[in-house]
Amino acid sequence: MAKSPSRPAAKPAPAKKAATKSAPPALPNRERPDQPEPFDASKDELLQFYRDMLLIRRFEEKAGQLYGLGLIGGFCHLYIGQEAVAIGLQSALDGDKDSVITGYRDHGHMLAYGIDPKLIMAELTGRQAGISKGKGGSMHMFSVEHKFYGGHGIVGAQVSLGTGLGFAHKYRKDGGVCMAYFGDGAANQGQVYESFNMAELWKLPIIFVIENNQYAMGTSVNRSSAEDQLYRRGESFRIPGLQVDGMDVLAVRGAAEEALKWVRAGKGPILLELKTYRYRGHSMSDPAKYRSRDEVQAVRDKSDPIEHVKKLLEKQGVKEEAMKDIDKEIRKIVSDAADFAENSPEPEAAELYTDVLVETY
Amino acid sequence: MAEVKPLDAKPAEAKAPKGMNMIEAINSALDTMLDRDPDVVILGEDVGYFGGVFRATAGLQEKHGKTRVFDSPISENGIIGVAVGMGAYGLRPVPEIQFADYIYPGLDQIVSEAARIRYRSVGQFIAPMTIRSPYGGGIFGGQTHSQSPESLFTHMSGVKTVIPSTPYDAKGLLIAAIECDDPVVFFEPKRIYNGPFDGHYDRPVQPWAKHPASDVPKDYYRIELGKANIVRVGEAVTVLAYGTMVHVALAVVEELGIDAEVIDLRSLVPLDIEAIETSVRKTGRCMIVHEATRTSGFGAELSALVQERCFYHLEAPVIRVTGFDTPYPHSLEWAYFPGPIRIKTALEKILKD
Repeated sequence: MAKSPSRPAAKPAPAKKAATKSAPPALPNRERPDQPEPFDASKDELLQFYRDMLLIRRFEEKAGQLYGLGLIGGFCHLYIGQEAVAIGLQSALDGDKDSVITGYRDHGHMLAYGIDPKLIMAELTGRQAGISKGKGGSMHMFSVEHKFYGGHGIVGAQVSLGTGLGFAHKYRKDGGVCMAYFGDGAANQGQVYESFNMAELWKLPIIFVIENNQYAMGTSVNRSSAEDQLYRRGESFRIPGLQVDGMDVLAVRGAAEEALKWVRAGKGPILLELKTYRYRGHSMSDPAKYRSRDEVQAVRDKSDPIEHVKKLLEKQGVKEEAMKDIDKEIRKIVSDAADFAENSPEPEAAELYTDVLVETY
Repeated sequence: MAEVKPLDAKPAEAKAPKGMNMIEAINSALDTMLDRDPDVVILGEDVGYFGGVFRATAGLQEKHGKTRVFDSPISENGIIGVAVGMGAYGLRPVPEIQFADYIYPGLDQIVSEAARIRYRSVGQFIAPMTIRSPYGGGIFGGQTHSQSPESLFTHMSGVKTVIPSTPYDAKGLLIAAIECDDPVVFFEPKRIYNGPFDGHYDRPVQPWAKHPASDVPKDYYRIELGKANIVRVGEAVTVLAYGTMVHVALAVVEELGIDAEVIDLRSLVPLDIEAIETSVRKTGRCMIVHEATRTSGFGAELSALVQERCFYHLEAPVIRVTGFDTPYPHSLEWAYFPGPIRIKTALEKILKD
C-alpha cells in the first residue's frame, strides 16, 4: 500500500526531496460505481430465490434425462451450477421495461423470467407447442411478452444485438435497460469490443454480463484470455466493471442493484463479471477431460448456490420439511412440463415455410 | 480426368472391420502434414488441449507441441485474419472454424484478404491456408449448427472449395488442400463423420469400418483438387452430388435399380467440368442434389453449366433436389433435408420427361 501523504514520516526527511516520497494512491479519474453490498433479502424473498433456482436445476436435470432418452436431439447446454446468476440478476429487473438477451445456454434465463417451463421443454423436444414452434430448438428461443430477445447460437453475436436494444431503450426514452449476457469465451469476440465502444460512446443503458463459468467449452479462461480478470475488459472503453461472486444469489442481486442504479442514472453501460461454474459438460456430448472430477465436486460441495440459500433459510427458521415440500412442488411442475413436451405433436410440415419472409410463399 | 472408383467396390465382409472413420482420416492427414512440413500450424477454438469439438485434432497438440497446434480465443474473424498473415509470411496455417455456421464473422477476412491478396499483390503474397470446418445438417443443430454455406465461397473467386465424402478422400484431399498455394475452404460433412449416412434417418447408420473407403493409408498421399469421382457408372441419368448427399443419392439409385451415373464432385472450385460434360452427353439427363438452400445454391451454377455445354444432348430439363429456401429448422430437420423421398420423386420425373 502507498503511504498516505498526511502520515508523518517515521524518520527525518531525507536530503532528496519529494522525489523519494511514496506517491499518493491514484485517484480514479472518473466516477465509479460503489462496491455493491449483498442484498438484504427478507425471508419471503429468500424463499422465492430458493424456489426459482431450484426450478432451473430440476428443469435442467430433467432436460438432461430427456436428452439421454433421445427425446431432445441436437444441442442442449445445461445451466446447472449457474442458477444464482440468472435469478440474482433478473429478479432485480423491471419485467415491463427491461430487456434481456443471451447466448446459447438460455434455459435458465428464460425460467428466471417466469416463462412457462412447458413451452421451453416443448421447444427442446421440437414440438409445435414449443415457444418457437419447435423450429428454434434449445439455443434459439424468444419471448416478446417477457422482453426476452433470445437465445443465440453464435458466440458473442448477441452482445451487438443487445447494444442495439440498449440504443432502442434510449431512443424511445422508455426507461428500460438491456441486460446482455455472454460467456467468458464470447468475451474474446471482436464484436463484443465494437459493441463496448459504441455503448459507452452513446451512453447506452446496457448491463453487459459476463457469466464466467471458467470454461469456454473445453478451454479454460487463462488458456484463452490475456487479461483473465474479465471485469477489466471494459476499462479501455471507460466502462466500469465489477467482479461478483456468481455462486451467491445475494451478492449477485446486490451487484444488479448497483449496476441498475448506475445505468438508470444515465451514466452509460456497466460491466459485471459473475464468477460462476457449470457442473455439467458444455453440451451433452462433452467428455469433460479438461478438468478433474475433484474440481467439479469441490465446487458442488463448497459453493453450491442452492445449498447456500438453503443454509440461509435454515438460519431464518425455515424447516427442512418446508423446503422438501417446495422441491416436491417443483419436481411436479418439471415432470408436467416433460410430459407436455413428450406428448405434444410435432410441427406440421407446412411450418417449414412459415416465418421466412413477411410474405408467405 | 475424373477417377472412376465405385464406393462399394468391395464386399463389406472382405475387409477387416477396422479402417478409419472420417474424423480419424482427417486427424491422420493433419498429423501427416505436421510431420512433413514444419510450416504447417493448426489453430482454432478448442483444437489444442481439448482436441476439437468433433475430436478431429485429438492428440495433435500432445504430439507436435503447443507452438504448432494451439487454441485460439473465440474470435473467428481474428482466427482467419491471423492465418492470412501467417500464410503471407510463408506458413501453411490450417485454421479450424468449429462449425461452418460460425464462419460468417470471418467472411470479411476471407473475401477481402485471403481471396484477394494474391491478385492485388500480383502474386507477391499469397494466402496458402486451409480453413477446415464441419458443415451440413442431420444432427439436429438447428439454424446455427447445420448450414451448408458453400456457395458463398464458390461465388467469391480467389478461394477453392473442397468437400469430401469418404475417409479416404478426406485425407487425400485435405493434404492436397494444405499443399495448395491458394486459400481452400474445406467443408467436412459432419453427418458422415462416423458413417456413410444414406438419408434413412430412421435406420441405424453403418459405421465407416464396413465401407471400403475406410481403408485409409497411414502415410502420405494426395488426391488432386478438381478431379471428380464417378462412384457409379451408368447410362440412364447423371446425378451430381457432393458430401453427405453422395451417399443419400447413391442409396436411392440402388434401391430403385436405376442405371444412373453418380458423380461425387469432391471439389466445387476447381470444378471437374469435363467429367460432368462427358457424363451428361452420354446420359442426356442431369439431376443435381445438394443440402444447401435452393436459390443461388451451387446447383444453380451446375445447372447453368450443363445447359451451356450440353444443351443439344439433353433429353429432359435439368432437375435440382435441394434444401428449401428457409433457415434450417430444428424439429422439421428431416422434412428440410433433401432425403430419399424427394430424390426418388425427382429421379422418376426426370426419367419420364
